[in-house]
Amino acid sequence: MTSRRAVIRTMGAALGAATLPFATVRRALAAEPVKVGFVYISPISDAGWTYQHDLGRKEMEKALAGKVQTKIVENVPEGPDAERVFRELAKDGHKLVFGTSFGYMNYMVKVAQQFPNNDFEHCTGYKTGKNLGIYNGRFYEGRYLCGIAAGRMTKSNVIGFVAAFPIPEVVMAINSFIRGARSVNPKAEMRVIWANTWYDPGKERAAAGTLVAQGADVLTHHTDSTAVAQAAEEKKVWVCAYHSNMAKYAPTRQLTASEEIWGGYYTKTVGRAIDGSWKPDHVWGGIRDGMIDIAPLNDAVPADAKAQIMKAREEIASGKLHPFAGPVVDQDGKARVAAGQTITDDALSKMDYYVEGVAGKLPKA
Amino acid sequence: MTFAMDASLVTPIVSASIVAGTPLVIAALGELVTEKSGVLNLGVEGMMAIGAVTGFVAAQHSGSTIIGVLAAMVAGAASALAFAILVLDLTANQVASGLALAIFGVGLAAFAGKPYESVVLPPVRALPIPLLADIPLLGPALFDQQWLVYFSWALCAGVAWFLYRSRAGLVLRAVGESPASAHAVGYRVIRIRYFATMFGGAMAGIAGAFLSLFYTPMWSEGLVAGRGWIALALVVFGTWRPLRVLVGAYLFGGVLIAQLFVQGSGLPLEIPPQLLSSLPYIATVAVLVIISRNPNTIRLNSPVSLGQPYRPDA
Amino acid sequence: MPLRFEARAEASARMRYGSPLVAVLLTVAGGLVLFILLGRNPLHGFRVFFYDPVKDLYGVSELLLKATPLMLIATGLAVGFRANVWNIGAEGQFLMGAVAATGVALMFHDSTSMLVLPAMLVAGAIGGAAWAAIPAFLKTRCNTSEILVSLMLVYVAQFVVSWVVFGPWKDPQGFNFPQTVMFADSALLPVLIPGTRLTVAFLIAIAALVAGHFFMTRSYAGFQMQVTGQAEAAANYAGFSGPRTVWIGLVAGGALAGVAGMSEVAGPMGQLTDHASSGYGFAAIIVAFVGRLSALGIFFASLLMALLYMGGEQAQQHLNLPPAIGQVFQGMLLFFLLGADVFVNYRLRRSRAAP
Repeated sequence: MTSRRAVIRTMGAALGAATLPFATVRRALAAEPVKVGFVYISPISDAGWTYQHDLGRKEMEKALAGKVQTKIVENVPEGPDAERVFRELAKDGHKLVFGTSFGYMNYMVKVAQQFPNNDFEHCTGYKTGKNLGIYNGRFYEGRYLCGIAAGRMTKSNVIGFVAAFPIPEVVMAINSFIRGARSVNPKAEMRVIWANTWYDPGKERAAAGTLVAQGADVLTHHTDSTAVAQAAEEKKVWVCAYHSNMAKYAPTRQLTASEEIWGGYYTKTVGRAIDGSWKPDHVWGGIRDGMIDIAPLNDAVPADAKAQIMKAREEIASGKLHPFAGPVVDQDGKARVAAGQTITDDALSKMDYYVEGVAGKLPKA
Repeated sequence: MTFAMDASLVTPIVSASIVAGTPLVIAALGELVTEKSGVLNLGVEGMMAIGAVTGFVAAQHSGSTIIGVLAAMVAGAASALAFAILVLDLTANQVASGLALAIFGVGLAAFAGKPYESVVLPPVRALPIPLLADIPLLGPALFDQQWLVYFSWALCAGVAWFLYRSRAGLVLRAVGESPASAHAVGYRVIRIRYFATMFGGAMAGIAGAFLSLFYTPMWSEGLVAGRGWIALALVVFGTWRPLRVLVGAYLFGGVLIAQLFVQGSGLPLEIPPQLLSSLPYIATVAVLVIISRNPNTIRLNSPVSLGQPYRPDA
Repeated sequence: MPLRFEARAEASARMRYGSPLVAVLLTVAGGLVLFILLGRNPLHGFRVFFYDPVKDLYGVSELLLKATPLMLIATGLAVGFRANVWNIGAEGQFLMGAVAATGVALMFHDSTSMLVLPAMLVAGAIGGAAWAAIPAFLKTRCNTSEILVSLMLVYVAQFVVSWVVFGPWKDPQGFNFPQTVMFADSALLPVLIPGTRLTVAFLIAIAALVAGHFFMTRSYAGFQMQVTGQAEAAANYAGFSGPRTVWIGLVAGGALAGVAGMSEVAGPMGQLTDHASSGYGFAAIIVAFVGRLSALGIFFASLLMALLYMGGEQAQQHLNLPPAIGQVFQGMLLFFLLGADVFVNYRLRRSRAAP
C-alpha cells in the first residue's frame, strides 16, 4: 500500500536533498532508512501520555526524513502480550525499539537479551542492559512551575489534585506542585483524590467536581484523559493540565500545562542509532534538556506572577533552583531533606510521603 | 472543614450522585423492560458503547445534541435487533449472545470511533426548572440538571405506568411470565419480545450518549468503563421495579461520589483507596443478597421465563 | 414469509459439527467485506490475520501459550454451563488464583524445593475456587443470582490485586511501583520448548480437558448435572440435588480459572503486577460456547480465539488497522456461530401460509 505518508516522506527527502551538499545526498539516498518501533500503552488519542510520545515521534520522523521509517503499535497492555510485540518488532528488523510504559520493563529486559543486535529504550523503567537504555522526564519540574501559577491564582487556597495510583511519579507530582504553590502562597493546601484508574473520564470528572464542591478553585490531575480540564472549564475554576496542553478543552480556564516533550530526545537517540553511536544510557531529563516545559500561560495570570514563573523556569534550567531543595518537611513535620541540601535522585524516585501542605494521608495500602 | 455535618455539601453530593447515576438509570430501565418480556440481554455494555460513539458522531456532524441522542437511540436499537434476531428467531443461547454483543459492541465502537477521538464538543448546559431550582439545598441538586436527567425521571414514570397501568404492559409481562399461555391466548410472543429488546437497546444507546455528550463531552475507547454491567446488576437490585431501579442507581452513584468526597475532605483517614473503590460493588452484592433472601420478592417480580428461548411453533 | 423454521425431531449431528464451519465461512465473508471497505487487499489481510501469527514454531508456541488459560477456564466453565450455572466472573477467579499462587511463591521465595510449584498450583486452584464459592454459597443459601454476584466480584478481585501489589507484597527494591519481586526459579513453570514461553501449563490444560470430558460424559455427577441443565423438573423428580449442581458448577469453573491465573504469574509474567487481568475470563465464556461445551470443541475454539488475538496484533503492525479489529472478528465469529446453531435443532422449510 503506498500511503500518503510514504509519498510525503519521499517528497520531504527530495526537498531536503535540494538544500544539502551533493555528497550527503548520495549517502542519504543510498542508505536504507533505519526502522524504528514505538510501543504505546494506550490509543494515541488527542491528548495525554501516549499523544505526547507520538508528537515526539512525528517530530523525529520529520527531522530525520528519509533516514528513518517508524512503526507504532498502540494499546499494548502491560502483560505477557507485550513481550510478543517487542519480539515481533525486533525480528522485523527494527533497529531501535521504544517502549513507553513502566509495565513493559521485564518483558523488554527479556527481549533485549534475546535480540543483542537490536537496541531498546524504555521510558520510566529502572532496569538497563547492554542494549537497553532508559529515559524519563523530570515531570516534577513542570509541576513546580504549575504550582506557582496555582498558588498565585487561588482565592480559596485549596488546590485539588485528581490522581491515579500512588506510585512515586504521582507522589512527586503532588509534592512538587504544592511546594511550588507554597513558595508564593504559604497558605495553599492540596487535596488529593485517588481515582484508582489511569483512564475513566466519568470518574475523573466526578472527582474534579467533588474537589470543586469542597472548595478547590484550582485543579490539576495525573490521569490520562481531558475530563478534568473540561470539568474546570464548565465549573469556572482554574486548571493546570498535565501531559498535554489542553487549551482546546479548557480554552479560558487553563492556567498552563506541564508538558512532556520527547521530540528532541527521540531525534537525538534515533540519530545515534543511525550513525551507530547509540549506547544504553540512563537519561532523566528536565527543563534544561528540553524534555519538560510548560504551556503558554493564561492571559489572566498577572504580569508579576508570569515573571515569577518564568524566573523559576530559568533557575530550574540553570540548576540554581531545585523543587526539592531543603528543607523538605513532610506533612507530619518530619524533616526529610535538611536545609542547604538537595534531595538525591534516588530518594526522589522512591518518594513515599506527602510534604507539608498536602491534606489527607498517602495511601500506603 | 468538618465533613459530616456541613450542610453546604448536601447540594453538590446529591447533584453529583444523580449525574453519576443517570446513565445507569436509563440503561437499567431499558434492560428492565427487555427482561420483563423474558429476554436477558447481557450486551448492555456493548450497546452503550455503540450508542456513545454514534451519538457523538451524529452530534458533531449535525451540531445538534438532540440529533445525537436520537442517533444513539437508533444505533442502540439496531444493535439490540441483531441480538434479537439471534435469540428470538434463531433461538441462540441468550447468555452467550449477550456476551457476544458486549464484546462486539465495545470493539466496534472503538474501531469506528477512532477518527473522532480528537474532536471536542461544547458541553450541554444545565436546564434549571424555574421555582423548583430555587428550593434551598435540594432544589439546585435536583432541578438544575441537564435535560437528559429529567428525561430519565420521565422514563422511570413512563416505564412504571406502562408495565403496571397499561394493557400493553400487562401483555408484555404475561409474555415474560408464560410465553406459552400468552401465545395460546393469541399474542405474538416473538414480536412483543422484539419490541422489548429493541427498547432496551434504544435506552442503552441513550445512556451511552449521556456519557459522550452530557457527562464528559468526548469520545474515546473505554468511555463506558463497565457501566453497562452495573446497569444489569441494578435491574435485579431493583427487583425489576422501575422506581427501585432509579433509587438503586442513585445509591450506586452516591456511594461512588461519597467516597470521592471523603477523600477530597482532606481528613487524615488511612483507608486504602482500593477498598473505597470496591465499595459500590460490595454494596451491590450485599443488597442483592438481602433482596433475594426473601424468595417472595424475587418470585413475585422476576419474569419466570427470563433467559429461556421460546418458539411458538416448536 | 415463504420460509420458516421447523423443529427437527432430534438434533442434527451433521449440523452440530457443520455449524461451526458455517460460522467460520461467514466470518471469512464478513472479513472480506470489512477489508474491502477499509481499502485493504483482502487476501493480504487474511494472510496477515490468520497465517502470519503462526508461520513459525515460535508463533505456534505463542498461540498455544495464549490458548492455555482460555482452555483451562473454558473447560471449568463448561461444567457449570451444561447445568445452567452461569458463572461469568471467571476473570475474578483467575485473578484470585494468581493472588493465592503469588502468596505461596513469595512465602517460599528462598526455597529451591520441587514442591513450591505444586503448592502454587494447589493454592491457585483453591484461590479461584474460594472466590467462586461466594456466588455458590449465596446462590444456594439466599437464591442470589450467580451471574451478578460473580460479575461484581470481578471488580472486587481487581481491587484486591491492586491492593496487594501496592501494599503488602510490593517489591521493596521496585521503586514503589505496583509489582511483586520476580519469582524465584523454583516458582516458575518449566518451559516445554526451549527458546519459547510455552510452559507445562499447556499440558495441564490438556489434562483438564480430558478430565472434564470424562467427568461430563462418564461420571454419575456429570450425568446429574447434564440432566439438571436440560430439564430441571426431571432432575428434581429424580432426586438430583440442585445446590450440589450449583456448587460443582461454580467451584469447577473457579478452580480451573485459578489454575489459569497461577499459570500466568508462574509463566509468562513471572511476577504479580496490577496488570494481571487480561480479559481471559470473559473470552473463555465465548470459547466455551464456540466449543459447544465439549472438550474437543473447546480445544479448537481456544486456538481460534488465541489466533484472533494475535491476528489483531499483526493487523495493527502490518495493515495499519486499529487493534480493536481483533475484537470485531471475535464478535463476528460468535454471532455467526450462535446464528448458525439454529440449524442444529431446526430446519428451514417452505411454508404454504404465513404463520
